[in-house]
Amino acid sequence: MALSGMRGLSVFISDIRNCQNKEQERLRVDKELGNVRTRFKNEKGLTPYEKKKYVWKMLYIYMLGYDVDFGHMEAVSLLSAPKYPEKQVGYIVTSCLLNENHDFLRIAINAVRNDIIGRNETFQCLALTLAGNIGGREFAESLAPDVQKLLISSSCRPLVRKKAALCLLRLYRKNPDVVNVDGWSDRMAQLLDERDMGVLTSSMSLLVSLVSNNHEAYWSCVPKCVKILERLARNQDVPQEYTYYGIPSPWLQVKTMRALQYFPTVEDPNTRRSLFEVLQRILMGTDVVKNVNKNNASHAVLFEALALVMHLDAEKEMMSQCVALLGKFIAVREPNIRYLGLENMTRMLMVAEVQDIIKRHQAQIITSLKDPDISIRRRALDLLYGMCDVSNAKDIVEELLQYLTTADFAMREELSLKAAILAEKFAPDLSWYVDVILQLIDKAGDFVSDDIWFRVVHFVTNNEDLQPYAALKAREYLDKPAIHETMVKVSAYLLGEYSHLLARRPGCSPKEIFNIIHEKLPTVSISTIAILLSTYAKILMHTQPPDRDLQSQIWAVFSKYESCIDAEIQQRAVEYHALSMKGAALMDILAEMPKFPERQSPLIKKAEDSEADTAEQSAIKLRAQQQNSNALVVTDQRPTNGAQPAGQLGLVKVPILSNADQSAAEIVSHANGALTVVDPQPPSTPSPDLLGDLLGPLAIEGPTGAAPASVASGLEGGVDADALAIAPIEEQANAVQPIGDIAERFHALCLKDSGVLYEDPYIQIGLKAEWGGHRGRVVLFLGNKITSPLNSVQALILPPSHLKMELSLVPETIPPRAQVQCPLEVMNLQPSRDIAVLDFSYKFGTQLVNVKLRLPAVLNKFLQPISVSAEEFFPQWRSLSGPPLKLQEVVRGVRPMPLAEMANLFNSLNLIVCPGLDPNPNNLVASTTFYSESTRAMLCLIRTETDPADRTQLRMTVASGDPTLTYELKEFVKEQLVNIPVPSRPPLAMPSHIQPTSPPPSAISDPGALLAGLL
Amino acid sequence: MGIRFVLMVNKQGQTRLAQYYEYLNIEERRTLEGEIVRKCLARNEQQCSFVEHRNYKVVYRRYASLFFLVGVDNEENELAILEFIHLLVETMDRHFGNVCELDIMFHLEKAHFMLEEMVMNGCIVETSKANILSPIQLMDKAA
Repeated sequence: MALSGMRGLSVFISDIRNCQNKEQERLRVDKELGNVRTRFKNEKGLTPYEKKKYVWKMLYIYMLGYDVDFGHMEAVSLLSAPKYPEKQVGYIVTSCLLNENHDFLRIAINAVRNDIIGRNETFQCLALTLAGNIGGREFAESLAPDVQKLLISSSCRPLVRKKAALCLLRLYRKNPDVVNVDGWSDRMAQLLDERDMGVLTSSMSLLVSLVSNNHEAYWSCVPKCVKILERLARNQDVPQEYTYYGIPSPWLQVKTMRALQYFPTVEDPNTRRSLFEVLQRILMGTDVVKNVNKNNASHAVLFEALALVMHLDAEKEMMSQCVALLGKFIAVREPNIRYLGLENMTRMLMVAEVQDIIKRHQAQIITSLKDPDISIRRRALDLLYGMCDVSNAKDIVEELLQYLTTADFAMREELSLKAAILAEKFAPDLSWYVDVILQLIDKAGDFVSDDIWFRVVHFVTNNEDLQPYAALKAREYLDKPAIHETMVKVSAYLLGEYSHLLARRPGCSPKEIFNIIHEKLPTVSISTIAILLSTYAKILMHTQPPDRDLQSQIWAVFSKYESCIDAEIQQRAVEYHALSMKGAALMDILAEMPKFPERQSPLIKKAEDSEADTAEQSAIKLRAQQQNSNALVVTDQRPTNGAQPAGQLGLVKVPILSNADQSAAEIVSHANGALTVVDPQPPSTPSPDLLGDLLGPLAIEGPTGAAPASVASGLEGGVDADALAIAPIEEQANAVQPIGDIAERFHALCLKDSGVLYEDPYIQIGLKAEWGGHRGRVVLFLGNKITSPLNSVQALILPPSHLKMELSLVPETIPPRAQVQCPLEVMNLQPSRDIAVLDFSYKFGTQLVNVKLRLPAVLNKFLQPISVSAEEFFPQWRSLSGPPLKLQEVVRGVRPMPLAEMANLFNSLNLIVCPGLDPNPNNLVASTTFYSESTRAMLCLIRTETDPADRTQLRMTVASGDPTLTYELKEFVKEQLVNIPVPSRPPLAMPSHIQPTSPPPSAISDPGALLAGLL
Repeated sequence: MGIRFVLMVNKQGQTRLAQYYEYLNIEERRTLEGEIVRKCLARNEQQCSFVEHRNYKVVYRRYASLFFLVGVDNEENELAILEFIHLLVETMDRHFGNVCELDIMFHLEKAHFMLEEMVMNGCIVETSKANILSPIQLMDKAA
């Protein structure tokens, strides 16, 4: 059992075979790799035979799944071995181990070329195969003309020409710009006259590749292809070696019919007639036989013929014949035929006139949904999905729902998404749609994505007639002993909005509704609790006249969650609690949600986006081609107030931004401080109070507020997307919410040089900066996060007068999931604290998003650390004797911090603290160099004197050689000290420049004698 | 472009031959082989010979202890590939006489030579057994 006499190799393989486990195998492989490596190192001693042996070992090890990152050179060197056995090994191993981008392959090009143009046929074949398997651009450049010559040479034998055809195919497909195929249409037609089946088989593949690129040039090949089919299928005119179980080369027949499908149609009537004759013969003449191989081969041809008939737009009669055949196939016992029957029937859906005939097989297809084979079940699901329309949606979707409970876990998510989409697209009436989705959640809650239940809420909100029904259904589900959390969410939401419509029914009083929902609360997660709280607030609002008992129950819940660890829950609880004491104002604030604007279903979009199985994609594409003729027939197309609130929102949003914080804060203080004073009885007249006015219009106008709580939190940037429930989808359509706090991001970037400047659901703007002297280079990274392009991208820099900024061109479109880089050159002309702004906008769909972002090209970026010794410091300090070069100020309202933290803050601003210069441990002395075009490099010195007894104030002295710089730097440092980096800046503690009438005690009792003396 | 890979795997899941027609690095190969083998080996005789996996369709056939797995894209005719596997097995049979797993293990190079004559760049080149085997015979003569 020696491998062509290579004993060492056989021993190695036996050893591997005898390994008991993977670990032993690894040890043996490592040992062998070590051995091969040492042998290759002293290459001089290796004979071609030895080299061959080791190279095979490498391939064997590679096949076992171990990386072999050496010895490539040895494999390549065998290509130029003089003897056939070594050369052959070199070629095969090289094409297994290397790929077209490998450097060693370049070395091989010459050896390959020599073999191709050489006289030895077997060598030619080896070289053509290698180039055909892994040849890259350089191969195409240097070999394509030679390969083309070989392919059409009359003196060349078929065994070389068949390889040349496929070699050319690869070179052309990889580099269509390098390989010149002008004038190849005639040559291709000639090649199809070839008698040799090997050359014909390869040439057919080459034709497919050429035609798929440009069919116009190859019309002359169509009759030739038909001739070949006639020769094979009708005349059976092939050598014995090429018949397979009595069938003339099924592979060539299949390939030829595939090639014909790349032409849009066959126009010439004679050719068309001959072709249909052959096809008819195949369709009619294929019988089921006992021999499996013969059966498979003949059916391979038959299925290809079916596909070609479909493609050629045959007469209806022939099409019906095809569907009838497929109908027979999907019911046979043989699983392969069943699978292919379903797959081809799905393709057949493209042909409009046979769709009704396909529907006749619906029952059989539904049976296949329960097939023991998952491959077949998937095909059946795809076909059902594709054939669904208004007429059969009810049956199909109900089947899918039924199947859901028994379906494999691997299929459930896909299944529920498909059921939801079909229900939405083809619902005969809306209440049925609601039923389907609720059943879906009930049966497969874990596999129902949020999008699905958001969508049902969307429909119910937009269709008034549906609301009582949906609320009633939700109520019914709540009676079930155990329900999925998603069901709790959707039921709670619907009942919060619409349960008052059920008030007169048994079991639907506000109290009963509250109790049954509240039962679920202990078992649900935080995000659901948020929805429940909103529901309670709504129930309370709808209870007219108020039910004291219910009120106190709900208030108890609110007050319990006011101390919840989750910020969103806490906020909702506090706000609802306070709001629910507002009485009639509550009615406005918690009013029913306005209608959603119409838009494409996120589900369908999701289905299109998902990178699912190929077959699945094909069905989705198919669906897209069929046009959504009936899509959303069920939705309310009336112009809702959708567009209006969007506009209003835009107006309201910006100016309120800072108010939102305040008003929220006021509510809290109101609730805490005035709790006992407020009359819990809802006053009959609307209270004219400021709060109600402030919040009222917000909640009414902004459809954003799924719950009033999200009014505030939504404006701040949506902390918890889950908890906001419905809100996020809505916001995407109306105004894009940034992710994270823009101001915080800016402040972070003031201290570091890379990070995220801005992010929303569609785009992320990152930033990376390098600073040196008075210049800086900032690179903006604009990253599209979604799968569709962002258009009309614009970035404008609004620089302050002291900065010169040049932004390179920003592309107008950012492709899906792409990131573009835009360098920005910055030059600092003079000292200033003004801040540059980036005015950035883009379009998502039709919606324009515009943000103005502060750029962190701030004063401290132009500072460079320098540490000075006492000998350097004091002369400088002394020479800068007083205003305007040296300014002193007492700063009050300083953020209290330990001295070490202040030192850190200084250092992070590049103001380097020089310890030991000031003998008083409560003082800090720092130095830095500032760079700008006007000042050049300039030394700046800072001294702060702090009072350990009162950390909220300090005295600061700043000195530099430039009056503007001194002033700006002093103000800048002051801002850093008093300002906590939060969006809303508290007013500065003191007006600048005013010396305190009475110096703080720290200044008086300053024991820093040395320094004080100098001052 | 038709055939993406040809794998021969025994029923313990050990790879006996692997030929790829598109480049995958070793890590990707290991993952792909693991996933596919797990899927295919778990199937029974009553199930069809096609398994959908990621963007491939795997056409497979079992001969005694050895599985032949061929990954194809949407451009291929599944039954034609299924019979192509059988043609490969018959060709090996003609050369080895009652081919078995050990023949392929210990004559890996011959298995590769045969496959190389049959498939190039993912397309079928030759289906005549005599033509496929002629280079091997040439080599045997030389040896």
